[in-house]
Amino acid sequence: MANRSKITIIQAINEAIAQAMAADDKILVLGEDVADREGGGVVGVTRGLSTRFGDDRVRSTPIAEQAIMGAAIGAAINGYKPVAEIMLMNFTTVAMDMIVNHAAKLRYMSGGQTTVPIVIRMMTGAGIASGGQHSDFLEAWFAHTAGIKVVAPTNAADAKGLMLSAIADPDPVMFIECSRAYGNSCEVPEVGEPIPIGKASVVQEGTDVTIVSYSEIFQRAIAAAKELEKDGVSVELIDLRTIAPWDRETVIASVRKTGRAVIAHEAVRQFGVGAEIAATLQEDLWGELKAPVKRLGAPYTSVPFSQGLEPLFIVSVQQIVEAARATIGTAAAPVAMGIN
Amino acid sequence: MATQIKAGTNAATADAATQLDIYRRMSLIQQNDEAARKVVRSGRLMMPYYSPRGQECIPSAVSANLNDDDQICTIYRGTHDMLAKGVPLDVLWAEMAGKVTGTCKGKGGPMHITHPASGAILTTGIVGSSMPIANGLAWAHKLDGSRRVVIAYFGDGASNIGAFHESLNLASVWKLPVIFVCQNNRYAEHTKYEAATAVDQISKRAISYTMPGVTVDGNDPLAVYAAANEAVTRARDGEGPTLIEAVTFRFFGHVFGDDDAYMDKAEKAAAMDKDPVPLFRAKLIAEGIATEEQLAEIEAKLAVDIESAVQFALSSDMPPPEELTRDVFAEEIA
Repeated sequence: MANRSKITIIQAINEAIAQAMAADDKILVLGEDVADREGGGVVGVTRGLSTRFGDDRVRSTPIAEQAIMGAAIGAAINGYKPVAEIMLMNFTTVAMDMIVNHAAKLRYMSGGQTTVPIVIRMMTGAGIASGGQHSDFLEAWFAHTAGIKVVAPTNAADAKGLMLSAIADPDPVMFIECSRAYGNSCEVPEVGEPIPIGKASVVQEGTDVTIVSYSEIFQRAIAAAKELEKDGVSVELIDLRTIAPWDRETVIASVRKTGRAVIAHEAVRQFGVGAEIAATLQEDLWGELKAPVKRLGAPYTSVPFSQGLEPLFIVSVQQIVEAARATIGTAAAPVAMGIN
Repeated sequence: MATQIKAGTNAATADAATQLDIYRRMSLIQQNDEAARKVVRSGRLMMPYYSPRGQECIPSAVSANLNDDDQICTIYRGTHDMLAKGVPLDVLWAEMAGKVTGTCKGKGGPMHITHPASGAILTTGIVGSSMPIANGLAWAHKLDGSRRVVIAYFGDGASNIGAFHESLNLASVWKLPVIFVCQNNRYAEHTKYEAATAVDQISKRAISYTMPGVTVDGNDPLAVYAAANEAVTRARDGEGPTLIEAVTFRFFGHVFGDDDAYMDKAEKAAAMDKDPVPLFRAKLIAEGIATEEQLAEIEAKLAVDIESAVQFALSSDMPPPEELTRDVFAEEIA
């Protein structure tokens, strides 16, 4: 397939898991409906894997998130590398004991004797009218828990490379897939190369302001940068890719250069990832910043269902543009930064 | 009407050597508990201590059916389970003392003892959480094609938690080599069994999951041995999980130092009158399996080992400061 065209995030993750499973028979897949008899996943991310690798290695489970996570953790302790699907990020709430008290802590509490190399895959995101219990970005909860890595790819190429690294990682990795971005496609190497966890991507170099984002909101940051370019504003665009551990060096080096920063994410702004990054920037770059660091996130609400409200919940291109302008004092008018 | 799958029909009986081995483990647990309560009471160690006194028989008789490479998942009240499985005394005590020489370099403590070499692979401080992980460990053994089994220990209170039900269901559907051993000590923390549990025998809950369920006298070593033997054989043969309810009694409250005011005094006194350790001791002598002198010699040797472990723990070093941030991930964190 020398001339294969672009592939979607769904296909990219599928290819990464298949590539890893072909190379290492210790890699397992489990979760609700993941096997082909049940459709290969509710959106088809694991489609074909059970047919190719067998029902022992790709197992559909009951709708029982504690049992899924427990099975993954135990198998990992005994030498396997399970990729567990928790379908929707909100469903991690019914398995939090397994994830937070066990997966995250067993290496530490055992003094390094038992380890939990698992990948926890889940999709989430507002914008598809799923309402308050199927849409939350909860990455800050897990980033706040010592012992879990958190990854949130923006595009198909990164999704493939990051999944390969997540599977190879010796510790638990939460792998966040944005539902409304699943169909986004780009050119992806047929044989994937691992993209290091903890390494951000400087997607565009610039001199006036740094915009830091991740997951689908980063696509909005790209659009905002194009808009700002029309005004002659030079934007440095950083796709964080990994939230925990986040790439402090790359972000700090960039903001040291530009002196200005905007952080944008889908999760509720209050106590969000943006707060951690903004606090780090003021600690490390006090005196070098040319403007207060701006944070953009969702208002302090649940995700609304109504199409009259849901679009207002998600950070928009225009909000990112206005926040960037505000940092360089070129805002046309006072900027509404959100309700919180 | 649902039919309960009966266990207890194909059980092996414990021979004389096995009975003596079970008694040795019971005495070890009993004497170790005595030492632990003494050390905590004297203030020489600060630790949360959940005494297993009264429950010695269960893991002693279960472990007599296990190999070194079989695994157990236990809970915060679990020193008896660990000792019965063979966790060495010195590293166990050092861990309880938070010393660098402990099983987990002091970073787990008494509620999180892990000693993979003896099969004590997980100790959880969360009620009910031994079971979902035991399934995963057992799944790995099944995938390996080995005959290793996993024991998930838990209490009567944990049978009311969702994790119990999710775990039994999955274990049955996947036919995992896991044995769920409920140590029904009649109290869930401070709450009497009947006040919190909607079924008179926890083993009946096995019916819902199409697995054998059996209630045994948890203070009768031969009964526990026989039930465990059958369950372990089933698991090794690929026939799936079993639920064993071993009825016992907890002598010293939920956490050591609580006042027991919530416990029925007469019930407790009656249970302590039937202390399983001296009862089994007397039985072994009466049946000529061991002499008074033999047992006294075993007990005296255990006492020396325990005292030596306590001294090892108390005289060991605390973990160095760099251990604070080590073992969060495989690689060191900044």
